[in-house]
Amino acid sequence: MTITEDRAADAATPEIGKARRRKEDQRLITGRTRWTDNIQLPGMLHLAMVRSPFAHATISAIDASEAKGSSGVVAIFTGEDLKDIQGVNITAWPVSAEQKSPDHLPVAVSHVAHAGEIVAVVAARTAAEARDAAELVDVDYDELPAVLDLKKAATDEVLAHPALGTNTSATWQLDSAGQGSGGDVEEAIATAREGGILIEREYRQQRLIPAFMEPRSTVVDPTGEQVTMWSATQVPHVLRFCIAATTGLPESKIRVVAPDVGGGFGGKLQTTPEEFATLAVARKLGKPVKYTETRSETMVSGHHGRDQWQKLTLAAEKDGRVTGLKVELMADLGAYAALVGGGVPVLGAWMFNSIYKFASYQFNVTNYYTNKTWVDAYRGAGRPEATYAIERLMDELAAEVGVDPLEIREKNWITHDEFPFTTVAGMTYDSGNYEAATAKAKELFGYDELRAEQKRRRESNDPVQLGIGVSTFTEMCGLAPSRILGALNYGAGGWESASIRMLATGTVEVITGVSPHGQGHETAWSQIVADRLGVPFENVEVLHGDTQISPKGMDTYGSRSLVVGAEAVVRAADKVIEKAKVVAAHLLEASIDDIEFNAGTFGVKGTDKGISMPEIALAAWTGHNLPDGMEPSIDADATFDPDNFSFPHGTHLCAMEVDTETGATSMRKYVCVDDIGTIINPLIVEGQVHGGLVQGIAQALWEGAEYDEQGTLVTGSFVDYTLPTSADTISFITDHTTSPSTYNTLGTKGVGEAGAIASTPAVVNAIVDAVRQFGVNDILMPCTPERVWKAIAKGRSVPGEGERDAAPHFDEGVPNQDPGAANDGSQA
Amino acid sequence: MTRIKVTVDGVSYSDEVEPRTLLVQYLREGLGKTGTVVGCDTSNCGACTVHLDGTSVKSCNVLAVQADGHEVTTIEGLAENGELHPVQQAFHECHALQCGYCTPGMIMQACDVLKNNPDPSEQEIREGLEGNLCRCTGYHNIVKAVQQAAGAMSPAGSASSQAVSS
Repeated sequence: MTITEDRAADAATPEIGKARRRKEDQRLITGRTRWTDNIQLPGMLHLAMVRSPFAHATISAIDASEAKGSSGVVAIFTGEDLKDIQGVNITAWPVSAEQKSPDHLPVAVSHVAHAGEIVAVVAARTAAEARDAAELVDVDYDELPAVLDLKKAATDEVLAHPALGTNTSATWQLDSAGQGSGGDVEEAIATAREGGILIEREYRQQRLIPAFMEPRSTVVDPTGEQVTMWSATQVPHVLRFCIAATTGLPESKIRVVAPDVGGGFGGKLQTTPEEFATLAVARKLGKPVKYTETRSETMVSGHHGRDQWQKLTLAAEKDGRVTGLKVELMADLGAYAALVGGGVPVLGAWMFNSIYKFASYQFNVTNYYTNKTWVDAYRGAGRPEATYAIERLMDELAAEVGVDPLEIREKNWITHDEFPFTTVAGMTYDSGNYEAATAKAKELFGYDELRAEQKRRRESNDPVQLGIGVSTFTEMCGLAPSRILGALNYGAGGWESASIRMLATGTVEVITGVSPHGQGHETAWSQIVADRLGVPFENVEVLHGDTQISPKGMDTYGSRSLVVGAEAVVRAADKVIEKAKVVAAHLLEASIDDIEFNAGTFGVKGTDKGISMPEIALAAWTGHNLPDGMEPSIDADATFDPDNFSFPHGTHLCAMEVDTETGATSMRKYVCVDDIGTIINPLIVEGQVHGGLVQGIAQALWEGAEYDEQGTLVTGSFVDYTLPTSADTISFITDHTTSPSTYNTLGTKGVGEAGAIASTPAVVNAIVDAVRQFGVNDILMPCTPERVWKAIAKGRSVPGEGERDAAPHFDEGVPNQDPGAANDGSQA
Repeated sequence: MTRIKVTVDGVSYSDEVEPRTLLVQYLREGLGKTGTVVGCDTSNCGACTVHLDGTSVKSCNVLAVQADGHEVTTIEGLAENGELHPVQQAFHECHALQCGYCTPGMIMQACDVLKNNPDPSEQEIREGLEGNLCRCTGYHNIVKAVQQAAGAMSPAGSASSQAVSS
């Protein structure tokens, strides 16, 4: 029942660049997996959570007596019972020294700030018995007024946390004039107002739910000297730190394991109330316990993503050359500052200027609390929001100037001979070639032909109109240089760790500090190490995701694993080679300066003498004949801290057909040409791009977390939160250009988030492009048929009194627009 | 409690179950068939898809008692005689899985699609898999894998593979 490979690997060709089929697949396609929920330990109890149905309330009493008598129930714990040992869910990124952060207890003691918050935990013999009993726990709540709308939160009329005295968490600014990286944006705006072009828009980034396929699950075994926690997490190392920092358990007494993890997309980079509650109950009972959430619990309790209002002012000269961009964001953190929470919108600060040479720039964000599920990173985290805004604006500018959207971009983008380029936001991009990616994308797309078809359909008043959407994106990924994180007040470093163990029998163990959950690191890292050490791909074993095996790491998110994590692996491999060289020189009786390493063999210059890497590993293991004073090992560790981020880019082109009579849209064609530097495994890269594209397209067309006026999540299951299916999507045309990164040895850039960052504006630009002739210049996401139809209908009719455009120009001195005036207002 | 007799992946079982027990709970918790997984509460995701008498069902949507007297095949029983099923092999070849959580259900459903329509078009594959959600792959490579498996399972495809192996 093993996979049969029909391609015998050609040992002579490099592994890097090969479309290796994944090592990970065997267990996944045969159902021999170790998801956390599959783990069964002797005597294990099962947990169920009692959750608040109210968005905002105080807890006045909890009566668990009836539940306690239910079959199989071992114990029931309230927040009061656990408060001394349960720890706290911390934020790692207070964006300013003045940030207000309410305490976030895993199990609430007296106050709940969103529906779904845990108020009690039931431990029982089976999961079914625990759930039955949870229904019987009687909680008395005193309901408080809830603030649910982001703009209303800004008024402080109703407070999400009365004790804080305000809903404002923090404000943060980047100003190009202030930091000396560009001009004064207010001057640019004033000049444009007089004789140039001023584009003023307000865009909505709706709230999304990451919706990884594996519901979160945690198993804790408190028996033994180290407490062991298995969890469906992206961040086992961060989780161990947070437990130690807040529960009183010494870090050395905690082992965290991320076994097979079924997707994350940022949604599992949290350290969760459920993990902390499960740990606390296991410690109280001294028995192994398991908690696995239902999907409905994922939806209300796992963190959400996005949720911003974006007020944007773009200043340009008459010919379309941009002179300044001012960004004013309101970001909804939900009820608590999550692990990265408040920092997510800040990550957009360096990305609103994207690939362009703007003369001046200012970014402002204010984070607010509301009585909704907390918000943190979701695939792209701050960068999709920024990319959406600027790529929508560039289309608006093109429309204003009356030129093709690609022409306006070319007028403003950094040309390939200008790299390295320091942007108006202060980031230095190492490499890129926007012209080349765009030229290739246009050709694959048939850009000119589709534009011609669009023209024909417009002229013939075809009821189905064609729109073409452009997104020329870049992103910053590979989080992150520790010094920059420190300057931004982030609570940890951004380095990554690796070890290589050269085993006596010739195989190699690679230990990586990153923690994959679908990315294929075992395969890609094997390819890298096979090339570096000249050993067969099959002989490399990649180990990860267990603090006992991989003691140091910063885990997987922010497209960091390859550019930071694999660079640590490369550096460890190079240290192995340096140590092995000493042994080789000794055994070959040659000067170390004459030793050459090539394809797994150490040779002596000008001779045919040589010794292989496995032979040296064996010699080091026996220790019989090593140079004097050398320790008997060629194993090596490395910790890599990057000097800069990685800046992949690409040109995405999308053709959408819009039925103007029904508002229905359908995707006709999608082409993307991404430049992610050197590609290790093209098959894995394609997969990452496809998946990212669909998540970004889903934001544009289908997904949105919606609450009712009581603060109940009405899109609380997969019935109502409409993930795309195979029948909703199309096959994509993907290709690449390659501008190697200059910041790491292999020349790689990140790819995990690229598709999700680039595709959303491409789709919405295409829809708006299809119906712009009806006076439409914006449609709220998700662009449902109803919204598209209404936008067309409104554009066609003469505006009545009180009616306004979807995203009107700002009147001077007037703050953000009333969301109720924008389209149907249901996003308000 | 109700007694049921059911054959799962070729093994006969006789068990007492609570009438409310879902087939997926029985498979996972009763029989240790953890290859079949649960992804939602609402029968939307299809991660728990198995074959009941050769036809795909979402095992969260079937009670264990309804399987009484029937034959269930899970992802763990799909490969025969040490050989992967062509759909499993195609998923590997085409990189049709990333995290792999939807994969057992997706493969079982793909088998059902091909059983009913051995030579499906891309659109027919997409519609046939509509009840199975994947968050990683964007479906692109899943569709390719099903197309490849269809080729491998066709008379021409299996004849050529026999020729290769002989």
